[in-house]
Amino acid sequence: MKWILVAIIALCNTLGDVCNTAGMKRWGELHEFSPAAIGRMVLAILRNPLVLAGLAAMAVAFGALLKLFSIANVSFAVPATAASYLLETLLAKYILKEHVGWQRWAGAAMVALGVALLSL
Amino acid sequence: MNETLKTRALTAYVIVANVAGNLMLSHGMRVVGTLSAFEPASYLHAFANPFVIAGVCVLASWMVGNLGLLSRADLSYVLPVTSSSYVLIALLGHFVLGEAISAGRWAGILTIAAGVMVVGGTAPRTTPEPPPELHHGAYQ
Repeated sequence: MKWILVAIIALCNTLGDVCNTAGMKRWGELHEFSPAAIGRMVLAILRNPLVLAGLAAMAVAFGALLKLFSIANVSFAVPATAASYLLETLLAKYILKEHVGWQRWAGAAMVALGVALLSL
Repeated sequence: MNETLKTRALTAYVIVANVAGNLMLSHGMRVVGTLSAFEPASYLHAFANPFVIAGVCVLASWMVGNLGLLSRADLSYVLPVTSSSYVLIALLGHFVLGEAISAGRWAGILTIAAGVMVVGGTAPRTTPEPPPELHHGAYQ
């Protein structure tokens, strides 16, 4: 049960991040951080199918996380989410067409290793 | 404020809101106790706890901030850099709550911090800039 929840959390978070990034880039750029601009961004999100799909995936991940918090230690979820850093970097390169240089790969690998080490 | 500085400021907000929201929610859920998927009432009961409510509100603002950040920066930048929330949570646990940190956890904290610095040194955005008319908030 714990591992099923961890898999749901990792996959839904990955799917959510990729959909959200694609949807937000299509919308444009939050250029000023005024309440009015942020308000308009929130309204635009409600009409952005990609972001709505991303948020739905994250809601599933969040529900699974709440459930996991209640049956396991917080540290239990940590090692399995480490792999999602590399998966998301891969999808960022090939789906989102980001320029992932050696620094991004090295950094993502270090973060993934570090997150796995945290559970020791 | 120049654009890179604005992206860094938003990144800092996203990290802090993530840490604060998760600490509140985790504390609240510990008070509430075990949830059962087959008892929807237990979820409603959880939402009566003030720490759970505050945690959900802060995480909602984190979500909005994170979407704003993803409109400005690459996912392959945002994800590693915002993982410094793990470092903050571990350090808060150690220095505020007096939790012991094992050698393995210290190694993890230092490795994540180093990864954050390596990615933090790259330009936040490598995809094409949107045209000026999609710079939301710039010309109102």
